[in-house]
Amino acid sequence: MKSSSALKAQIESAIGAHFAAQLTFRERPPAELAPTGVAELDALTGGLPRGAITDLYGPASSGRTSLLMSILAEASAREEVCAVVDSSDAFDPASAAAAGADLARVLWVRCGGRPDHALKTADLLIQGGGFGLVALDFGDVAPEITRRIPIASWFRYRRAVEDTPTVLLVVEREPTVKSCASLILEAKRADVAWSGAPGCSRLLRAMRLDVLPRKPVHAEAASFDARAVG
Amino acid sequence: MFAAIHSEPSPHLAGCAADFSPYVEETAPDTVVFSVSGLARLFRSARELADAIARRAAELGLANASVAIAPNPDLAVHGARGFRGVTIMEPGREAALPVDVLDPPPEIAMTLAMWGIRTFGEFAALPEAGVAERLGPLGAHLQKLARGAGERPLVPAKPDAAFEESVELEYPAMLLEPLAFLLARLLNSICARLESRGLATHELHLRLALDPRGEHERTLRLPYPMRDAKAFLKLMTLDLEAHPPGAPVAGVALAAEPVNPRVVQHGLFIPLAPEPQKLEITLARIAKIVGEGNAGAAELLDTHRPGAFRMGRFAPSSAARAASGARRAALALRMFRPALRAHVDAPDGRPARVAARGVKGKVVACAGPWRTSGDWWRAGAWSRDDWDIALSDGALYLVSRDRHTGAWHIEGSYD
Repeated sequence: MKSSSALKAQIESAIGAHFAAQLTFRERPPAELAPTGVAELDALTGGLPRGAITDLYGPASSGRTSLLMSILAEASAREEVCAVVDSSDAFDPASAAAAGADLARVLWVRCGGRPDHALKTADLLIQGGGFGLVALDFGDVAPEITRRIPIASWFRYRRAVEDTPTVLLVVEREPTVKSCASLILEAKRADVAWSGAPGCSRLLRAMRLDVLPRKPVHAEAASFDARAVG
Repeated sequence: MFAAIHSEPSPHLAGCAADFSPYVEETAPDTVVFSVSGLARLFRSARELADAIARRAAELGLANASVAIAPNPDLAVHGARGFRGVTIMEPGREAALPVDVLDPPPEIAMTLAMWGIRTFGEFAALPEAGVAERLGPLGAHLQKLARGAGERPLVPAKPDAAFEESVELEYPAMLLEPLAFLLARLLNSICARLESRGLATHELHLRLALDPRGEHERTLRLPYPMRDAKAFLKLMTLDLEAHPPGAPVAGVALAAEPVNPRVVQHGLFIPLAPEPQKLEITLARIAKIVGEGNAGAAELLDTHRPGAFRMGRFAPSSAARAASGARRAALALRMFRPALRAHVDAPDGRPARVAARGVKGKVVACAGPWRTSGDWWRAGAWSRDDWDIALSDGALYLVSRDRHTGAWHIEGSYD
């Protein structure tokens, strides 16, 4: 059996140099990256890829929402219009405002615990176009339910968001987007900083968060503090 | 440049002018004057434009219409009143007009007659100081007009609120599709009229007469003025799908509130944003899925009540924001709506063990209580103690104890 390169050379010699460009594999340009607002994570990954799906997963209290708020704040500071498709009605506007997000630029869709509504809404927003960030929040949805989302749906989202400047961010407990995601981030609980003595004048000051890129694989995690006060 | 039409009083007089310009002044019941600046691209000369206006006046049945084109509104009006047919008021042409066209008060008219002044040219030739001394400021003003030197701005008439269309149906419509067909016709007509007057709308009122009796009214409010009939039709059908009339429809009336269109300066470096028309349709479709009031922009309320917000309309503006830069990540809360009713063991007043639906564990660290209260002067009073707790599984929660009832709730988790 002829190798593909030999076959290509034979075809090129047969049809001439005029069509050589048609037979040459054109590499896709690297995706434009949108900063997350967390310097440690941006240094590691460069930001979130536009026109692609980013999967952010982790257990409760792993810092997924704090990172989402930071991404919203950064996007709204760039005057981009963002959307949060909130499957479980868990979005806290006060936390978003405290992180620096401009709430007037954030469309919040409350799906009332209906993941199917969230998927339909995300589809409409991507098709409508013009959003810098569409965040699909399945953070409180049981993994058994998110695993039931057919892979074909994720392929469709990937195709819809392709060639647009939109970042599609999926927040969940376990990774389900898998091969359709260009960037997969795992959030891990690290440490909690309390001040004061136990039982007296104690204060939750910050949570230490570790975000580890799983695709493309990085050995080290981006560690940063999400501060509760000051 | 300005054009004036003088004819017998007719309801079509202003409409004839509006076919050429959105800036129409109804000077008198028999006279209108309007700006024709900018029409040079459509008509090669002022004569061609004046002929087109005269033809349109004839089509509308305006009897004895005379048309004049002049550099200022007053001269155009005087030209139309003083000359028959089509007149281009070139410099000096006004000299032949009779002074009666100025419509002077009786005492000034009598004085001019006694002086033997019969035309604009003769009046203009009188010494200014003498005229001002003998006829007063009004006489001086009339002399200025007689010289063709009027400088007043046009006072356009307010657009009539007649952006309304209605239709009575021979047979009541029971399905949305035939109704949408009718709505498309009405919307096209209204949008064409808005466009001809350089206007848009930000509010559409739909009134459906129901069979055998009753009415169904809907109002479509838009964040930006628009005049896209297709977008209106889509929004209206989505609205009717969400709020269907309870009976067959026997008549449709549609009215639009006219406003000035939105003027936007586009640029290469303006950040990404959805197109307003597309966004409105997308929001209407989303509202159909998740319900009205569940999609919008959150607005924090001016209160100390924890978690207080309201959903506002989502209409992102291009107001300048602070540039992106280094900022510190803030610990965010994921709310449980409604808050989870919890059983909390608190032997010494501090939470020691928590059990709720999906949340269970020993409290390994806690901070609090943070006491808040408010609205004690009305029905919605609240008074609660909040605690930040860490459970043995590593999760962080915000729990609260209602000081009135003693009930514990898990308000949300720190994430």
